[in-house]
Amino acid sequence: MDFAFLSSTMVTLIKAVPTTLILFSLSILSGALLALVITAMRVSGNWFLTGFAKAYIFVFRGSPLLIQMFLVFYGLGQFGVIRYSFLWPFLREPMVCAVLSLALCTAGYSAEIFRGGIRAVSTKEIEAARSVGMSGFLLVRRIIAPIAFRHALPAYSTEIVLMMKSTALASLVTVWEVTGVAQRLISQTYRTMEVFLCAALIYLVLNFIILQAMSLLEYSLSRHRRPYAAPLRA
Amino acid sequence: MALLELLGMGQKGWGAYLLLATVTTLAVTATALAIGAVLGTAIAAAKLSHSRSLRFVGHVYTTVFRGVPELLIIYLIYFGGSSGITAIGQWLGYDGFLGLPSFAAGALAVGIISGAYQAEVFRGAYHAIPRGEIEAALAIGMNRGLRFRRIIMPQVLRFAIPGLGNVWQLSLKDSALVSVTGLVELMRASQIASGSTRQYFLFYIVGGALYLVLTSLSDRVFNGAERRANRSMSGATIGRA
Repeated sequence: MDFAFLSSTMVTLIKAVPTTLILFSLSILSGALLALVITAMRVSGNWFLTGFAKAYIFVFRGSPLLIQMFLVFYGLGQFGVIRYSFLWPFLREPMVCAVLSLALCTAGYSAEIFRGGIRAVSTKEIEAARSVGMSGFLLVRRIIAPIAFRHALPAYSTEIVLMMKSTALASLVTVWEVTGVAQRLISQTYRTMEVFLCAALIYLVLNFIILQAMSLLEYSLSRHRRPYAAPLRA
Repeated sequence: MALLELLGMGQKGWGAYLLLATVTTLAVTATALAIGAVLGTAIAAAKLSHSRSLRFVGHVYTTVFRGVPELLIIYLIYFGGSSGITAIGQWLGYDGFLGLPSFAAGALAVGIISGAYQAEVFRGAYHAIPRGEIEAALAIGMNRGLRFRRIIMPQVLRFAIPGLGNVWQLSLKDSALVSVTGLVELMRASQIASGSTRQYFLFYIVGGALYLVLTSLSDRVFNGAERRANRSMSGATIGRA
């Protein structure tokens, strides 16, 4: 075991963690916003919007993320319309392309998860809210959204872990995140196993932290379901 | 018209090339699913066993292979396997680089990942078997092997079909990452075709569409299999009949 090499590798890789985290958080945030829009369309009852949402979900869940990322990164630049538009300075950046494709992809998966959460809201609760005169946005904000979010949380935390793993694909469109830096290190040192094992360890730790944070969130949101602490007797 | 010619079967067309690559993708995924079934069964058995150390091994396996990016695992198996084989070659007196065939490395890597997910599917399916049935089998004196063959295995398979369908879809999409080893499956073929014609958008759209065909067809196959496996059950007792 060459501990000097391992520790210097670890230091180099940890310097790339911020890039991975930026990729991850930007794509989760924008993906979740987009997923909310898609979910709203999916449950809207309008045939056109529902059809669009279904097609979106089908396309982005049915094809590999890598091909979507390459389509954005290599495919979009092919069109003059995009190449000469104000968007090009952004779309030229590998980071923007990676975030865009990660967000589009996770929106498809998350929309299905959110819809599952909404379906789990009992109709009785909605009826009760309607009977006291809530409707429209108030109904969503007070009744549907909180309950649906709680139901969707376990599946959504799995999706978030999948996204953390998916950020590794950004190395293939030349973003220097952990996997990309690991590959660069390997081409300099030819010590494949050590470097990749260090990178794997970093991802394991990141995913462990995410899972712990999500289960803490789940725990704090289910306070009303916990048995009461034994009341004190005077 | 020129676009159609590019996609056709003729001399200038990439159609046959892409279709052949689609078959390779299916072959990688099917091999991976088979490898994963063996590994998944072993890991599920370890997780369900009474031995604490076996349970720990199973837990570590599923945590590691579901927590590390698929791309890294593929790199690790491909490069790690190759350096392992080179070392064996040197020991046998052959000096020079020996590479692991990219098909084998890819199928093994995707299979190892799919094994972690399949283990969870099998474990869930085992827990779905009513305890009473196993007690009944014990009561009429079935031994361990017979119990496994007659009571546990048929039901685990039936309960596992929907989960296996999901794992298959996951592996199908993971198999696109095997393209980094140079294996010409659908992803790599779209890359080559788009690179040499400079029609990136067209070929990635076509590649993506072929993946959509694969995923939706396999969805149907698994739904059919589920219906067939449950044909003797009343709809009310099975999960999502």
